Amino acid sequence: MSDAPSVSVIMLKVLLALVPGIFAYAWIYGGGILVTIALATITALAAEAALLKIRQRPIKPHLLDLSAVVTAWLLALALPPLAPWWLIVVGTLFAIVIAKQLYGGLGYNPFNPAMVGYAVLLISFPLIMTKWPAPLVLAQTKLSFFDQLSFIFNQALPNNIQVDAITSATPLDYLKTHLKLNQSLSEISQAPIFGVYGAKGGEVVTGAYLLGGLYLMQQRIISWHLPTAFLGALSAIALVFYVADPEYFASPLFHLTSGASLLCAFFIITDPVSGPTTPRGKLYFAAGVGVLTYLIRVYGGYPDGVAFAVLIMNMCVPLIDAHTQPRVFGHEK
Amino acid sequence: MLTALYIMLGLALILGLGLGYAALKFKVEGDPLIARIDAILPQTQCGQCGYPGCKPYATAIAKGEADINQCPPGGDAGVHALADLLGVEYKPLNAEHGAPKPKSVAFIDEKTCIGCTLCIQACPVDAILGAAKHMHTIISSECTGCELCIAPCPVDCITMEPIAETPDNWKWKYPVIPIRAVPLNEVR
Amino acid sequence: MNAILNFFKPKRGVHPPEHKAESTQLPIAKLAMPQKLVLPLRQHIGNMPKILVSVGEHVLKGQLLATPECTVSAAIHAPTSGTISSIADAIIPHPSGLPDKCITLIPDGKDQWTNLTLVDWRSVPKEALIASICTSGIVGLGGATFPTHIKLRSSGKSSIQTLVINAAECEPYITCDDMLMREHADEIIQGIEIAQYLLGAEKSVIGIEDNKPIAQQAMQTAIADKPISVVTVPTQYPSGDARQLIHLVSGIEIPHDKRATEMGVQVFNVATVRALYRYFTFGEPAINRVVTVTGNVAKPQNFEVLFGTPLPALIQAAGGAKPDTTHFIMGGPMMGFDLPTSEVPITKATNCIIAASPHLFAPPPPAMPCIRCARCAEACPIQLQPQELYWFAKSDAFEKARDYKLFDCIECGVCTYVCPSNIPLVQYFRYAKSEVIAADKAKEAADLARERNEFRLARIEREKQERAQKHAERALGTKAEAAKAAGAIGDVAKEANTAEAPPSSTSDEAAKAAKQAAIAAAIERAKAAKAAAAETGLAPKNTTPASPAVQQEIAEIDARRKNVGLENTNEAPITADAEKQAKIAAAIARAKAAKAEAEAAKQAKNVELKE
Repeated sequence: MSDAPSVSVIMLKVLLALVPGIFAYAWIYGGGILVTIALATITALAAEAALLKIRQRPIKPHLLDLSAVVTAWLLALALPPLAPWWLIVVGTLFAIVIAKQLYGGLGYNPFNPAMVGYAVLLISFPLIMTKWPAPLVLAQTKLSFFDQLSFIFNQALPNNIQVDAITSATPLDYLKTHLKLNQSLSEISQAPIFGVYGAKGGEVVTGAYLLGGLYLMQQRIISWHLPTAFLGALSAIALVFYVADPEYFASPLFHLTSGASLLCAFFIITDPVSGPTTPRGKLYFAAGVGVLTYLIRVYGGYPDGVAFAVLIMNMCVPLIDAHTQPRVFGHEK
Repeated sequence: MLTALYIMLGLALILGLGLGYAALKFKVEGDPLIARIDAILPQTQCGQCGYPGCKPYATAIAKGEADINQCPPGGDAGVHALADLLGVEYKPLNAEHGAPKPKSVAFIDEKTCIGCTLCIQACPVDAILGAAKHMHTIISSECTGCELCIAPCPVDCITMEPIAETPDNWKWKYPVIPIRAVPLNEVR
Repeated sequence: MNAILNFFKPKRGVHPPEHKAESTQLPIAKLAMPQKLVLPLRQHIGNMPKILVSVGEHVLKGQLLATPECTVSAAIHAPTSGTISSIADAIIPHPSGLPDKCITLIPDGKDQWTNLTLVDWRSVPKEALIASICTSGIVGLGGATFPTHIKLRSSGKSSIQTLVINAAECEPYITCDDMLMREHADEIIQGIEIAQYLLGAEKSVIGIEDNKPIAQQAMQTAIADKPISVVTVPTQYPSGDARQLIHLVSGIEIPHDKRATEMGVQVFNVATVRALYRYFTFGEPAINRVVTVTGNVAKPQNFEVLFGTPLPALIQAAGGAKPDTTHFIMGGPMMGFDLPTSEVPITKATNCIIAASPHLFAPPPPAMPCIRCARCAEACPIQLQPQELYWFAKSDAFEKARDYKLFDCIECGVCTYVCPSNIPLVQYFRYAKSEVIAADKAKEAADLARERNEFRLARIEREKQERAQKHAERALGTKAEAAKAAGAIGDVAKEANTAEAPPSSTSDEAAKAAKQAAIAAAIERAKAAKAAAAETGLAPKNTTPASPAVQQEIAEIDARRKNVGLENTNEAPITADAEKQAKIAAAIARAKAAKAEAEAAKQAKNVELKE
């Protein structure tokens, strides 16, 4: 007897919750993101099927549990929308084959596969990974969907359009470089890439992810511990630094709405396999990710710290789990 | 450069003193390793390992004279436990020393027993009750199943009876998960 | 921190579909007398009772068939009058499917009661009442079957403040307690009074789930003005677990290493207290109980069933199982187990029989890997971490499982119920618990074996040393004798010498002399005994003449010894009579023949097995 939702249903709901975010993304940056997602999904499923065959495991039930698809979508949403196709393929292959299947498949991976794929790409191809397209409203030339498609696969642009015309630094990246040039925040935030709080249009994407996340919480797919602790910790540390020096450290709201903050809060750190299982453990884990993200963003070498923060905290999960065991009924502590 | 040298020497001195103090203050008496190894061994006292009992085998392991995979009654679990304790690689049981057998208890056929006490002298845990020219019998609850009594018996009256499974000692089995869903009729 | 965590705490336990309405449509029915009754001796926790009857004996209804063995044991009574047809092994309703000793009774149709003793429990001293319950055969009828007389002793260390009556019946499908309360609420209430009196409890509380409004009403009416309260608990499985129920009705959390009685609480099932009432008021020992028959049967309902009724008779009475029934479950769908065969008897532990079909109990989909979602940990009523226990049980890391409180698990099945990967978690925990218990027993046995081995080695050492000492003494003794013989002359001189010797060495020499004298005396004694033995031959210590049968046995044994060549040269033949010698020869021949026969039989068996 059982009436629990199966793993497939849980994953399906996660995918559903990502849909608003994807639409917002496509609206801000163009339809290329859909190509990226499709490419990642196909690669992920193919890679998983191949590895399952090699490991002599049943293929159908494991493909149908949709966990590979979730990994693919999360990775695709973390990568720059106009990334070349081979980048996406390499990243997804790394995530599925090495970070998931080689550890034993679903349930056995200690690290978040999407973040492993992202980190590997970031370290191996730093330039491409930071070459984000400008939001459509800002781009000097708007690329049509087919243009974007051809750019992804052929790196070819329509005549007379230079790459620089369509790409721009992300707000976090821009912030980092220009802070090093000793510009103050008030000056930096005048740049066109900045919207009200974060990137231009970033608030929309953030809001869409938030909607998805709230849906997941209502469906009891995720609990409130992880998103609240992460966002709380990130805001808290950002607030402390911001109050100390408003011209050097960006505001908490900026941090919340830029980069992958909300994607992380609701979709990345809530990966059950690589995260902690105790309620208190979840709070510590998410707070750790929040603090580390902030520190890497401000003091680290990369614009966004989410991936590395998550991976570092993944390493600490067994320790966190062992020390946050809740009280058992009938025991003192 | 001289300061660096002095610092290193100073550190070495301080750390050395600290270690020496700890070595004296936290010293553990005796060599508990043999006792710890012996605690893992199943105490069957059968001698299959090549040593006359579990304590001698434990001593040999501690001295490095014997390998950890020579005890069939301890089974794979025993070898794993020894490997964990000693920090060495696990290796499968050495077939030269015998294969693990289901737990059995000796049984004397009283019609054939002649009361010679040879088996009593052989039993390593004194699990045989009897005296010269008196009937011998095995105290089943004390018998470890070492089989050392079988060889000396001149009339071959001792047999090994495997311990039967009763609702008292029945154990739940490891759950077997079908990889594909099997309709119940097939299973039954 | 805890306040924050508790604010959004998920509800523990689950609320599966109840399936109770199917079996509450009809009142409790009485079953027709079955053809035979098979009574397992092991129907309770504790020792097997001692059988008092023999095959072929005629017994009356309620007669004691087996008496409790030691304190933790319960009696078995004849559920009806009839003849004992066999006392042998039969399949019992146990998950192992193994057979166990059972008494089979063939009813004679007369249903004749034995002499019953009515007890006015208000006037008899409590010790006598408890002693009486000991032979009543009453055990906990909630499923645990713990002998009730032990739970009613109030002369223990602590006093009972609250008696909690378990009327929760939280598992789906089971309705026997519900129907019992609807139809016999008055008997239950009077049983509660008895239990409360015996325990010396200050108050009684009945804990009932809110899905039983009719039963609750019936109980409320029966209580009238008595000081018994009814507490409704929300319908959430497993609220019927004893410690969970105590926590729900009184807020007391019993520590894991203490019994409920040590916290002043005792729990009884409604059916158990009713049995108590019937025992004192009508003298009826435990011979029947209410059983729910439900699931894939034509007419699901509750029956009053005699213990030992074969299951097929019960199924028949429920209209028979529908054709697509695959097997039967004893107990509920969460904690029950699959019966190995339908040819089992109803016992004191059987509260429900569910006929399972693929429609009602679809085979579980194949288990996926654990995704560590921790839904099991959220739902576990004991607040354990089932996913950790699962990983430990899977990798045989039993000590870690024990550290993570494996033995606090009540095997309620909630974790299995909520698992998205359909992992049969409870099976892993049962396996782990079995292995840990077996390993503990093996360790105890190993420790004992080690002690015995060490003692044996020490004993051998000691004997060796004693022998060496005796040798040394003997050697010294011969020297002393020679010295004595030759020293008689020199004695006077010696005495003179010793008198003049300095005082410090006098004591030494005196001790030495005394020792030598003792040794000499001992040697004299041994010599005398040896001489005596040599004269008369081997003299047996017991002087009563052996009976012919014993002499025969001795002859046979001697013959066997001769056979093997272990002849004792000191041995004198028991008798030189020719007749007896012929008998000895015959005995030898018989022993040889018997051995040869045994050998042949063994050979034949081996051949059979090989084939």
